[in-house]
Amino acid sequence: MASSISTAAKASAAFAHKKEFGEDAKVWDREKVVIIPDHYIFTSDERANRNVDILRDFCVEQNIKYFYDIKDLSNFKANPDYKGVCHIALAQEGHCRPGEVLLGTDSHTCNAGAFGQFATGIGNTDAGFVLGTGKALLKVPPTIRFVLDGEMPPYLLAKDLILQIIGEISVSGATYKSMEFVGSTVESLTMEERMTLCNMVIEAGGKNGVVPADETTFKYLEGKTSVDYEPVYSDAQARFFSDYRFDVSKLEPVVAKQENAKMSRSTRVYIGSCTGGKTEDFLAAAKVFLASGKKVKVPTFLVPATQKVWMDVYSLPVPGSGGKTCSQIFEEAGCDTPASPSCGACLGGPRDTYARMNEPLVCVSTTNRNFPGRMGHKEGQIYLASPYTAAASALTGYVTDPRDFLL
Amino acid sequence: MAAAPSATAVSTAALVAPIQAPTSAFLRRTQLTRHRLHSLKCRRAGPIVPAAAAAAAGSSSPSSAVFHGECFVVGDNIDTDQIIPAEHLTLVPSKPDEYRKLGSFAFAGLPSAAYPTPFVAPGEESSRYAVIVGGANFGCGSSREHAPVALGAAGARAVVAEGYARIFFRNSVATGEVYPLELTEAGACKECKTGDVVTVDLGNSVFINHTSGKEYKLKPIGDAGPVIEAGGIFAYARKTGMIASKAAA
Repeated sequence: MASSISTAAKASAAFAHKKEFGEDAKVWDREKVVIIPDHYIFTSDERANRNVDILRDFCVEQNIKYFYDIKDLSNFKANPDYKGVCHIALAQEGHCRPGEVLLGTDSHTCNAGAFGQFATGIGNTDAGFVLGTGKALLKVPPTIRFVLDGEMPPYLLAKDLILQIIGEISVSGATYKSMEFVGSTVESLTMEERMTLCNMVIEAGGKNGVVPADETTFKYLEGKTSVDYEPVYSDAQARFFSDYRFDVSKLEPVVAKQENAKMSRSTRVYIGSCTGGKTEDFLAAAKVFLASGKKVKVPTFLVPATQKVWMDVYSLPVPGSGGKTCSQIFEEAGCDTPASPSCGACLGGPRDTYARMNEPLVCVSTTNRNFPGRMGHKEGQIYLASPYTAAASALTGYVTDPRDFLL
Repeated sequence: MAAAPSATAVSTAALVAPIQAPTSAFLRRTQLTRHRLHSLKCRRAGPIVPAAAAAAAGSSSPSSAVFHGECFVVGDNIDTDQIIPAEHLTLVPSKPDEYRKLGSFAFAGLPSAAYPTPFVAPGEESSRYAVIVGGANFGCGSSREHAPVALGAAGARAVVAEGYARIFFRNSVATGEVYPLELTEAGACKECKTGDVVTVDLGNSVFINHTSGKEYKLKPIGDAGPVIEAGGIFAYARKTGMIASKAAA
């Protein structure tokens, strides 16, 4: 089992461990804990900065093998160990492996279910307990199976699929359950798309999400991990709590809106987070800007999830662009310069967080939650969308169907 | 691999009709604007049977704590961003002054239009409401442990709701900060008003609203009870010998 600690909770988890097990206590396995600063990084908030220092002290004292530290907040590139958003860093650094159990102090830890492992979020006290004992009490959840078949239309992304699913089963439809995603469409998805799918199971109350490991998984892991792993699968006789079947070829792009929100003008667009700030998410957004050739009508914020994603945005050629990178296409479209990788404004954060909503605005976002006040202002409106939809909306200044640009 | 119940429900959702945008009403929060300033000054709640005494009666005895005081009523799908907005998460609860500060921000995220009576009065550090009454899916959203901690730090002793999101439930038990009690039926949050005088009786698994005269059955707190009574998982683990006591460490 591995345990991942991201800054949102995590100074607290370290305190819990020391307070409860004693000042001299050691974590159960210094190689099975990954500590990843990602929330509240690029801010002058003193407590936020202090919390990273607390983590560092803990890691030094405990000789934690994987601590993706950051010291120079003015230039993320000056920090060779720093990664960014924990869930994407875990995947990129080879910490997610089929058949394993991953517990993390962040609700989107379920993201790693894309690798065919059991991954779920826990609180700090639970984490302190795990750090000390290497154990956790977990009830096995019943599984809801989602069978997704059919060819993925060119205007649809995994974000649309999971929003569709949550809309069907409700925000508590998977409480205490596991969500298993199978079918020909799922098999055709890349690892990043599978992550997007599993990332949001928590928004339906799901305990964890899982995509069975296959060649796509094994290929992704090549060169990333030297730890042996053994995939597990539902057996043929497995019974499921319920089954949902989708013909993906018939689905349409969707957005999630707050209750009582009227489809309206959008005053800004945010592309980022573990849910929608991965390399392929930016490639998708670039595709729409390329197809349009026009400039955005509203401020468009781009926050790569990790250093690796940031580098991809600046180096990978976008198909059909004649060799342009995402960053060039974004610049030509008039988007903001891609920002320092972190969780950013997905959850608001300290007041000086880049792209935080400090006024009652309307944002189309590739993030994962639109609770009142989620990105800062209590009266702000948030539409959750795929990167295609977010880019299309940036071009029009309204919540926009990406088929307007992609067909 | 999955522990499935004996009945398997199958619902097919093959979409043949285009979805009308807007779709996926993501946040279903039907909201109640009811509140009533109560002229009765109730004492701040404490258990009538101190939790420690109840536990001393035998670590395997069912919880028998009783809480009495005014209640604060919220609706369905109250998420942890509303319980404690993200900007306050830099507070570390194990530091006493930051713990208190966290309590002062409990429910600071509730929209004021729907909730004109704040949970913590302006200028105060704690709440007059001992019991929170909620609807379905209480505590959904983030895993932030600050959510149950803020409620407990503000002085709440119990939440009585139709159902819980699992991480919030688990965090409440692990920290021992509030009892997450589940009603057997829906509807209480629509019948109760903020300021009603209530009693939560764990021993008899009942929630009584003295102001309205109605009683509601609760599901027994079960195994979670002794853990919360002890003060959370660490205290419980030490008490039951699962981990060494601090003195011995």
